[in-house]
Amino acid sequence: MERFIQVIVDGIATGSIYAALALALVLIFRSTGVVNFAQGEMAMFSTFIAWGLYAGGVPLGLAVLTTLVLSFVAGLVIERGLIRHFEGGEELTLVIVTLGLFILLNSLAGWIWGFGNRSFPSLFGDSTFTLGGVQLSVESIGIVAVLIGVVGVLFLLFQRTKIGLAMRAAALNPESSGLVGVRVGRMLMLGWGLAAALGAIAGVLVAPRLFLDVNLMGSVLIYAFAAAALGGFDSAIGAVIGGWVIGISENIAGTYVDFIGADLKILVPLAIIFVVLLLRPSGLFGTREVARV
Amino acid sequence: MRRSWLALLLVAALVAVGCGRGDDDGGGDPGISDEEIKIGGSYPFSGPASAYRSIAEGAKAYFDLVNAEGGVDGRKIKFITLDDAYEPPKAVENARRLIEQEQVFALFNTLGTPNNVAIWDYVNEQKVPHLYVATGASLWGANVEAHPWTIGWQPDYVSEAKAYADYLDKENPDAKVAVLYQNDAFGKDLLGGFEKAIKGTDIEIVADESYEVTDPTVASQMAKLADSDADTFLNITTPKFGAQAIAAAHKLGWDVLHIVNNVSASKLLVLEPAGLDASQGLISTAYYKDPASGQWDDDPAMREYKSAMRKYSRANPDDPFCIFGWGAAQTLVEALNGMEEPTREALMDSVRHMDIRVPILLPGIRVKTSGTEDGYPIEATQIQRFEGENWKLVGDVIQAPHN
Amino acid sequence: MSDRTLRMVGLGALVAFALLVPFLFGPYRVGQFTLVLAYAVAALGLNLLVGYNGQISLGHGAFFAIGAYTAALLIEKAGVHYLLTLPAAGALTFVLGYLFGVPALRLRGLYLALVTLGLAIATPQLIKRFDTITEGTQGMTVEQPESPSWLPFADDQFLYLLALLVAVIMFALAWSLMRSQVGRAVKAVRDGEIPASTLGINLASTKTRVFALSAGYAGVAGAMYVLAIGFVAPEAFTVTISLAFLAAIVVGGLATIVGAVFGALFIEFVPVYASDVNDALTGVIYGGVLILFMYLLPDGAAGLLRRLRDLVVRRRAVEKGRRPAVASPGPRVPAGRT
Repeated sequence: MERFIQVIVDGIATGSIYAALALALVLIFRSTGVVNFAQGEMAMFSTFIAWGLYAGGVPLGLAVLTTLVLSFVAGLVIERGLIRHFEGGEELTLVIVTLGLFILLNSLAGWIWGFGNRSFPSLFGDSTFTLGGVQLSVESIGIVAVLIGVVGVLFLLFQRTKIGLAMRAAALNPESSGLVGVRVGRMLMLGWGLAAALGAIAGVLVAPRLFLDVNLMGSVLIYAFAAAALGGFDSAIGAVIGGWVIGISENIAGTYVDFIGADLKILVPLAIIFVVLLLRPSGLFGTREVARV
Repeated sequence: MRRSWLALLLVAALVAVGCGRGDDDGGGDPGISDEEIKIGGSYPFSGPASAYRSIAEGAKAYFDLVNAEGGVDGRKIKFITLDDAYEPPKAVENARRLIEQEQVFALFNTLGTPNNVAIWDYVNEQKVPHLYVATGASLWGANVEAHPWTIGWQPDYVSEAKAYADYLDKENPDAKVAVLYQNDAFGKDLLGGFEKAIKGTDIEIVADESYEVTDPTVASQMAKLADSDADTFLNITTPKFGAQAIAAAHKLGWDVLHIVNNVSASKLLVLEPAGLDASQGLISTAYYKDPASGQWDDDPAMREYKSAMRKYSRANPDDPFCIFGWGAAQTLVEALNGMEEPTREALMDSVRHMDIRVPILLPGIRVKTSGTEDGYPIEATQIQRFEGENWKLVGDVIQAPHN
Repeated sequence: MSDRTLRMVGLGALVAFALLVPFLFGPYRVGQFTLVLAYAVAALGLNLLVGYNGQISLGHGAFFAIGAYTAALLIEKAGVHYLLTLPAAGALTFVLGYLFGVPALRLRGLYLALVTLGLAIATPQLIKRFDTITEGTQGMTVEQPESPSWLPFADDQFLYLLALLVAVIMFALAWSLMRSQVGRAVKAVRDGEIPASTLGINLASTKTRVFALSAGYAGVAGAMYVLAIGFVAPEAFTVTISLAFLAAIVVGGLATIVGAVFGALFIEFVPVYASDVNDALTGVIYGGVLILFMYLLPDGAAGLLRRLRDLVVRRRAVEKGRRPAVASPGPRVPAGRT
C-alpha cells in the first residue's frame, strides 16, 4: 500500500514538471489563441540566463526574479517584433513560425552555452523527509505549491480583473474588442510576456531535477501539450490536473503493468488522452466548442 | 509585390547552389595530394545527441595542432565535418557526399551505431577507409572480413561490461544487480555484454529498467530499482541521465555499490551536476585521462591537449568528449604517418598493423592491431573509483583481448 | 499569354528539369533528389489532409515509418520484389489511416493535432518494442534496387527515375482527384462543415477517406524512402520528421499540388546549406530561414508562383484589394476565434 502511495506521489512530482510548462502553453493560448511550439525553448533559454546570473555570483532568488523580468520583456518583444506580423493570417503559418523559433532558440542556446549539461540549484533546497512510509521532497511540494499559486493568480487575472477581461476579449475576437476600445496589440504583447515569464518559472522549477542543457524542455514539451490538451487548452487548472493525471498514470502503468515497461509507458497517457478526448472533445475542463451556423 | 521579388531572390539563392558532378583528382586515390589530406566526418551537431559534437571539436583541435606543426609529411589535414542530427538517412547522405562530392581520402570517427550500420555497406563497397567509428558497439570488430574497411576505436561495450562483471565477481560474488539502461543499441549492447559475462557466476540481475533518450527524467525507473532487493546498481546511461540517476540514488538513500558506465563517468558532465557528495564510491572504467580530474594536471599530454583546446577551439577542455576526439584524431595521424604509400589500401594496412602509445590514454593502454584477425584497436581498460574530488585508478590495467 | 499556356509551360519546365536531373548531377546529388521525391509524395498526402480538407496531422511520420518498415520487411524477410512493396505499403497505411480516421472524426484542431502527435511519438517506441521483427535500434539494412541490365542507367539514375515515375503517378492521381467532384466535396468540408453537410456531403465518410488516402500517400513515400536510403532504424522516424512534413506543406503552399515539391526541396536542402554556412549555428540559420520564408511568402512557394503568374497574365485589376492566393479561410479553429 505504501508503495502504491509512493507511486502516486512520485507521479504527482513528475506530473508537476509537465504541468509547469503546460500552464505557459495554456496562458498563451488563452490570451492570444496561438499554440506556441517554441514555449519550451523560450523557457530553456530563460533558465540558462538565470544560470548565467547565478554562476556569475548573483544570489539565486534575485537571479530568478531578474530572469522573470527579462523573460517578460523578451515575450513582449517577440510578440511585437515577430508574431504580430502573422496574427490574423493563416494559422498554420504562425505554427511554422513558432517551429522555426524553436529550432533557432535551441541552436542559439547551444552556441552560447554549449551542449553539455549542468546542474541548477533548487529554489526549495534538496531535503527530503518521510511521512507514513512515503518519501517526499520539499522541492516537489514547493513545485506543487507554486503551480497552485500560479493557477490562482491566473484565475484572478482572467476572471476578476479588467485587464484579464481585455486579454480574453482580444484573444477571442480581436476586431470587436478593438471596436470597444480594447488595445488588442497591447493585450497580445502582455499575453506573450506573461507566458514567457511563466515559462521561465517552469524552467527554473524543473531544471534542478532534470539538469540543465539545451534539450531540457524538448522532451517535456510533448508531455506539456498532452497535459494541456487533456485538461482543456484554455483551462489553467486543467493543465495542472492533466499533468498530474499523466504523471500518475504513466507511473502506475510502468510500475504495475509488466508488459508495458518503460519503453511503452508513454503510450498510457496518450491512450488516456485519446479516450478522454473522444468522450469530451474539448478536454476535461475546457470550454465546449459551439459552432455558429 | 516587392516582398515577392525578395522572396524569389531568396528561393533562387537557395536553389542555385551546388550543381555539377565532383571533380576527379586525376590519378592516385582521391582526397590525398602533396599538400593536403581530406578527411570526412559525420557528427550530430544538432538534435538530441548534440552533446557529442564535442568529439568533433576535440578532433579538430588536434588536426589544427598537427597542421600548425607542418602536417603529416608536409600534407595538411583538411577535416570536413557534416551534421547528421543523429539521423541515419542524413548519415547516409553525408557519407555519399563526403565520398563522392568532397572526395575525401577516408571517413573518420562517424558517430552512432545506427548511423554507422547505415553507411558501412556503402563505404566498404566504395573501398574507403571507415576509421575509428565513435561508438563502442562490438559489431565493428566482430567480422572484419565482411567489412574490412571499417574499424572501431574505443574499448567496446562488451569488453567494458566484462570488466564490471569481473570486478563484481571479486568484490561481491553473490551480487544482486539492478540495472538502468538506455533503450538503444548502446544500452542494449552493454547490458547484453554484462549478461553474457555473468553467466556461470553467482551474480544475478534482479531488476532492470530502461529509459528512452526522449524521456525527461528517469525518476520513476530509479524509484522502482531502489525498491528491489538489489545490492548493486549498474548504471548504463548517457551523461544527462547518468547525472539524474546518481542524484536520484543519493536522494533515495539507496546506498548500494554503484557502477556507472564509462560514457557517464565524466566529472564535468555527470558528477559535478549530480553533486560530488553523491558520487563518492562510484565505480567505473577508464581508458583515457579525464580532463576534469585533477590528478592529470601536470601530465604533459594533458597540458598539450588543454593548451591546444584553448587555442583552437571554443569547446570546454574539461569535456571528456573533446579528449576522446583528440585521442582518436591522434590515432588517425599515427596511422597516416605509418602509410607506406599515399593510398587508401596503404592506410588500411597501417591501421591494421599498429602498436602505438597515444599519450592521453591511461598508462599501460596501447592502441594495437595485428592484422585482420584483430578488429579491436583498444582492448584494455582500468577500473576507477571516485573518491574525494577525483577518480582514482584501482588495480591494474585489464587487458581484455577478444580472442 | 493565357493562364493555361503559362501553366503548361511551367509544368513542362519542371518535368523537363526532373527528367534531366540524373544526367546533370553526380550520384550524391541524384540520391538527394530521389529522397526529395519521397518527401514530396508524403508532403502531398499531408497536404490533401491539411490544405484541402482542413484537418491536421502532426503524426504523418508514423505512416511514413510504417510504410518504410513494411517495405523493408517485405524485401529483407520475405524476399518480395521491391516494386510490389510500394503498393503494399500504401495499402497497409491506407487501411490504418482509415482505422485511425474513424475515431479521429470527433477531434478538431489542437486536439486532433495532439492525438496525431501521439502517433508520431508511439511509432519509434513500438518499432523498438517489436525488435525481433524490426531489428530495433540497430536498424535494418535493405537491399536497394539495381538498374536492370537492359536499361542504360547507373543504379542511382535508375532509382531516381523509378521514384520519379511513382511520384508522377501519385501527383497525377491527387491532381485529378482534387479537380473532380470528390475534390470539391473535400474542399467544401474544409470551408465549412455545416454548410457542406447541408449540401448533402457525408462529412464522416469524406474526412475518414481523406485521412486514409493521405496516410496511404505517406506509406508509399516511406517505401520510396527505404529504396532510396537502403536502411531503416527507429531514429529516422521521430517526431522531427512529422514536423518537417508539416513545415514542407506550409512552406510549399497549402492546398496546392506543386507546393509539395517545393516543400520537399526545402526540407531536404535548406538544413544542409545551413550547416554548410556555419555548423555551430545550423539551427539558427535554418530556423531563421524558415521564419523569413513565412514572412516573405505566407502562402508558400506556390503562392509566389501564383502571384508571378497573375502578374504575367495581367489580372492585377481583378486581384486589387483582394488578398491573393489561398481561396479559403484555412483549417478549422476552435470556436471563439474569428
